[in-house]
Amino acid sequence: MSRRDEADLKTVFNESGVEIKPVYAATDVEQSGGWDGIGSPGEFPFTRGIHKHMYRKQPWTMRQYAGFGTPEETNRRFGYLIANGQTGLNVAFDLPTQVGLDSDDPQAEGEVGRVGMAVDTLKDFEIAFEGIDLDKITVSLTINGAAAILIAMYFAMAEKRGYDVRSLRGTAQNDILKEFIGRGTWIFPVAPSIKLVGDTILYCAQSAPRYSPVSVCGYHIRESGANPAQEMAYAFCIAKAYMDHVLERGLKIDEFASRLSFNFDIHGDIFEQVAKFRAGRRLWARILKEEYQAQEPRSLWLRMIAGGGGGGLTREQPENNIVRGAYYALISALSGTQTMALCSYDEAYTIPSEKAARISLRTMQILIEEMGLCNTVDPLAGSYYVETLTNQMEERIRAVMDEVDTRGGIVRAIAEGHIQNAVSREAFENLRKLERGETRKVGVNCYRVEEEQPQVAFHPFNEGACAEQIERLERLRAERDNPAVESALRGVLAEAKAGRNVMPSVVEAVKAYATVGELTRCLVEVYGRYDEPVRF
Amino acid sequence: MAGGKKTRVLVAKPGLDGHDVGAKIVARALMQAGFDVIYTGLRKTPEEIARSACDEDVDVLGLSILSGSHIPICRRLKALLQEHDLTDILWLVGGNIPQKDHEELKALGVDAVFAVGTPTHAIIDFIRERVS
Repeated sequence: MSRRDEADLKTVFNESGVEIKPVYAATDVEQSGGWDGIGSPGEFPFTRGIHKHMYRKQPWTMRQYAGFGTPEETNRRFGYLIANGQTGLNVAFDLPTQVGLDSDDPQAEGEVGRVGMAVDTLKDFEIAFEGIDLDKITVSLTINGAAAILIAMYFAMAEKRGYDVRSLRGTAQNDILKEFIGRGTWIFPVAPSIKLVGDTILYCAQSAPRYSPVSVCGYHIRESGANPAQEMAYAFCIAKAYMDHVLERGLKIDEFASRLSFNFDIHGDIFEQVAKFRAGRRLWARILKEEYQAQEPRSLWLRMIAGGGGGGLTREQPENNIVRGAYYALISALSGTQTMALCSYDEAYTIPSEKAARISLRTMQILIEEMGLCNTVDPLAGSYYVETLTNQMEERIRAVMDEVDTRGGIVRAIAEGHIQNAVSREAFENLRKLERGETRKVGVNCYRVEEEQPQVAFHPFNEGACAEQIERLERLRAERDNPAVESALRGVLAEAKAGRNVMPSVVEAVKAYATVGELTRCLVEVYGRYDEPVRF
Repeated sequence: MAGGKKTRVLVAKPGLDGHDVGAKIVARALMQAGFDVIYTGLRKTPEEIARSACDEDVDVLGLSILSGSHIPICRRLKALLQEHDLTDILWLVGGNIPQKDHEELKALGVDAVFAVGTPTHAIIDFIRERVS
């Protein structure tokens, strides 16, 4: 291309602010940091993947987010997904459970079983996971504020079913710091919230060493407006905050780092996403090795679920979301994820119908079975463009992390609302660009059609679920050994007051069928409640 | 805006839903359009919202709800608005609201429903037209 031709071209930046050239060559890779950081799959710095043979050995885990109404209804949906070839579960809880309220709490009115499964006691977990082999199907719990309680419940349920908790695999989201930035299911103030995350990490390191107690989420930060570089940078800062906390409490880095996992978002520019993941993997390995002196190779791994994000889907012409989902899955596979999930095409409207959930699952299965994606590891490696962008994204992510450090660190920046502010400013700017037509979104600001009400089948909300749930809860409260429950709750209170790890006492309490609400009130009594810095 | 008084808007997040991207975007857009905007933050009860609307003497109340619990919330709020003698307030609801529920919300006294994806200027124009 002649220089004159190039001068006529519009300047292009990706969302993270990297200028994109029309053509890339070897010199671009060299000028952006060189080829040295690429390495080999399964070897430091893991740019090309954390395993040597990646999907050739085993395809990614397929883990659609699911849960609604009563534990019985959710158990049926789990069965449907597994029967259709899903290899992991990701449990959605209703909002009362997520914020630590029982189903009969006045504040829970209208919310029981609505956006996820209602859980009050261990009994509900026993029902929800009935018939599911917990050795074959790994379970991920999307729970944050109330995570300590629900993790304890999962262990108690597994133990009751005869599984050895020491060899139990699975993941809890349990990333409270990102809840303060986006998603909003916080309960306790920032400091005790981190302490509780620390309790679960310490407890798992000792008693459930194969369980992943935390999945640090860039996903929701991105969904709240952050660009891809910020998404990864904030997630890394948050993960470091948990690590620093646990190190202060005496654990060694190699005793827990390999059990931390991540949850990232996919929508937008294909190459920016792929470069984000490759850069992120490399940067994380470097941080663990250089800053934390981790020795075990596994401690350096960026293990992740990379899912097709709802933020990229549209209400307009919802069927187009099936196409978007397929591209997101492709990106996820090209990025070397361990686990994949896709928002279903109808999610801008409703809880996914069985059909929509199956289409998401089939999208991933088509990639595995028909497209040759599992044959070769990191197929984009060596591309001038992808390697240049990987170098540049690493630099961007590091720059955002440095900026957080200069502001006094992520915990302070979140407590004071600075990160929330930065992210909502981005969200507003993104919307402005969309409204001005600077960002184009098919069906939204271009290629629109006059739509009748789109043909999306709404998930029927089970109006009876709440009454059913409350009835079970009341029956249970009458039948359980109440003096034992009270004594167990006093135990939790004592441990919390003494500043000790509450997990062992919480496990005992859930085994006695203490409720989510009772346990939360106990912890609130000691820790207090979060006071949200209200900004927009 | 009679007498030069700025139109006052309360943007509120009722229920337990923590998705506040939309509420914050709308709050910011309304502020830039020249309104006085108060944002409640997350997880406010209908009682707290009605009290804030009364104390802050607002002209407009905008609720953002994405969890699907808009009908039970608005049912409770209707009674509270009557109790606080706030029935002349302009009452808007935004979020993930299925078309089939729009009529029921309007029957409860909601003046307009703005689904996800509504351009911010449509909300601004509606408020300007109705509050004068």
